[in-house]
Amino acid sequence: MNWLLRGGRVVDPVAKLDAVRDVLVKDGKIARVAENIPVDNERVVDLKGKVVAPGFIDMHVHLREPGREDEETMETGGAAAAAGGFASIAVMPNTDPWNDSQSVTEYIVSQAKSRCPVNVFPIGCISKQGRGKELAEIGDMVKSGIVAVSDDGHPVSTSHLMRMALEYTRIFDIPVIDHCEDRSLSKGGVMHEGYHSTVLGLRGVPAASEEIMVARDLILAEMTGGRIHIAHLSTRKSLELVREAKKKQLRATCEVAPHHFCLTDAVVAESGYDTNTKMNPPLRDEDDRDGLLQGLADGTVDAIASDHAPHNRIEKEREFDQAPFGILGLETSVSLALDRLLHAGRVDLIRLVSLYTAGPARILNLPRGTLAPGAVADITVLDLDRRVQVDLGALRSKSRNCPYQGWKLRGAPVLTMVGGRIVFDDRA
Amino acid sequence: MTPEAGFRLRHKHLLGIEPLDADEVRLILDTTESFLEISQRPIKKVPTLRGRTIVNFFMEPSTRTRSSFEIAEKRLSADSLNFSAAGSSVSKGESLIDTARNLEAMAPDMIVVRHSAAGAPHLLARVCRSTIINAGDGAHEHPTQALLDAFTMRQKKGRIDGLEVAIVGDLLHSRVVRSNIFLLKKLGAKVRVSGPPTLVPPGLHRLGVEVRTHMEEALEGVDVVMMLRVQQERMLGGAFPSLREYFNLYGLTEERIKLAHRDVIVMHPGPLNRGVEIAAEVADGPYSVILEQVTNGVAVRMAILYLLSGGVVGELAA
Repeated sequence: MNWLLRGGRVVDPVAKLDAVRDVLVKDGKIARVAENIPVDNERVVDLKGKVVAPGFIDMHVHLREPGREDEETMETGGAAAAAGGFASIAVMPNTDPWNDSQSVTEYIVSQAKSRCPVNVFPIGCISKQGRGKELAEIGDMVKSGIVAVSDDGHPVSTSHLMRMALEYTRIFDIPVIDHCEDRSLSKGGVMHEGYHSTVLGLRGVPAASEEIMVARDLILAEMTGGRIHIAHLSTRKSLELVREAKKKQLRATCEVAPHHFCLTDAVVAESGYDTNTKMNPPLRDEDDRDGLLQGLADGTVDAIASDHAPHNRIEKEREFDQAPFGILGLETSVSLALDRLLHAGRVDLIRLVSLYTAGPARILNLPRGTLAPGAVADITVLDLDRRVQVDLGALRSKSRNCPYQGWKLRGAPVLTMVGGRIVFDDRA
Repeated sequence: MTPEAGFRLRHKHLLGIEPLDADEVRLILDTTESFLEISQRPIKKVPTLRGRTIVNFFMEPSTRTRSSFEIAEKRLSADSLNFSAAGSSVSKGESLIDTARNLEAMAPDMIVVRHSAAGAPHLLARVCRSTIINAGDGAHEHPTQALLDAFTMRQKKGRIDGLEVAIVGDLLHSRVVRSNIFLLKKLGAKVRVSGPPTLVPPGLHRLGVEVRTHMEEALEGVDVVMMLRVQQERMLGGAFPSLREYFNLYGLTEERIKLAHRDVIVMHPGPLNRGVEIAAEVADGPYSVILEQVTNGVAVRMAILYLLSGGVVGELAA
């Protein structure tokens, strides 16, 4: 199917383009971006008043397959991604079994191809079974399609293993994604350590637990020349460390999750211990949130990634101490960013689009994130003024662990195209 | 000061002291006076809660609080049921919510809950129709303890407003200190807290208390000293090198008590670790009101059960 996407405001950070253009899609590729392209025999989609951007990429998703199909599947997670405006997702390896071998990687790739409407890029383990002891067979997994390695969910606790990972991955030029947490400091913690953890009587996770590991990783990246990517960065000081590293031209990047720039630890109290405010890293304080907003604006942050972490209701409806960490993110990420970053005047549109496209594409070496002719026709269309209200009942995800029920937001994805195929269309 | 007749609690549940306002706290303390009198009669029973069912849902070991609630319920003629984790379906893996829903299917009026997880009573309040009374949740709150502490202070000192109170010990793991700080600040006391920095949670000063590293500074001239138990069962280790050294630095001794006002009272929520946070001579000595706290606890809990069951000032069946 060929398409002529007509009259939209085309925003392509790579081409530094922000103008009304038509986009011609032929055989799953971008054929032309220009003014007033004449119709041949393509299907015409009128996008006047909408924003046409390269297909969005969420580089931090827990798809739960294989192993926890009760929480999310290729179908439900894929539908959630498509409805959230994402043409591509990179999926974390802490499944059951862990994605630490070529056979699991191949399973994910083949299942995704037949069952998932969006592109799925697997991330392999750093260490066998994510145990942090010895390197997984990264080379084999690269052959089968992993785009990065991570033991996400677990930190890489020993500096030696992190050094090995950063050195070894230089062979393949892929990033090492670290979940930064010094577990000797975070042990037993269930929320950010600060005033609110004190008042609520919950054990805290100090900001230093993350920052120490960020500092260590950056030092090792400098020493090894490897590529480090900091997952779900959550504190001001972590951000400052990355900012300094970038000034020194280190190969260091980072992502921030929407909940960390939209919420603070105060909501744990306001919600009366709602376990949908429990995630790792935890919601931080107002000063940290402000730091992240600055980092999103000034370019220190490379990507917005949701850390989409579905959990079934039984596990989440528990005492706060015992509930698992994590919330959904795929279907709310873009509206939260449009409302809280773009419309709040924090980040301009081209930068926002870059955080979802060119940023993650560059980190993961994906030949995507642009609308340049010849590129794969992954496209996300936004309606910047669409008023939406978060309704947990209407989510595509199989799980419901989301703290935004009833939130009214301005701006939403309205169409998602993957390789020239429309996988989501809600233009109304 | 005394609440007007007809005044009642505005809350359905007692989840903590923090949500109450000063008038409600005063109402509970004033109502306690009436119930203290009942406990001194030869026949210590009134028909106030006849026909009401109260479940004592204790998911964590407790002697004092549980017996105190049970006696309070019996003196009010309520039907009560004791339920604990050991020997129940909880040990078979039933979730808190399922257990509570099953209990609730038997239509109790109130559930008194003790749980090791902070926020567990809030979870129950969301899913249950019954009135929930927090009898201690993790390191969060222990509202009835703070109320009986305040009642005891008022009884001994005649007021709370303007009192100088020192709270010393394991602040990090203590629900008693949190409830006491909320309550004492609402009623105008000045509060100093002290403990080893490894057991002081961050941000305490934002609750309007002075944080002192050295115990001696906290004790200087105070009217009330409240010692907190060292909660070794909750510690992750390493907060202090030995109990011996802890006692040397933060134990309440006869020597240290001289720093306080000469009419000081010494309180402790129990259970005591003699020789760890408090010297035996002090616990048993002339300043100690520790056992009176326990006596008052019953009256405070009677007052709370009465008020939460819809009791109104001035209508108390004598």
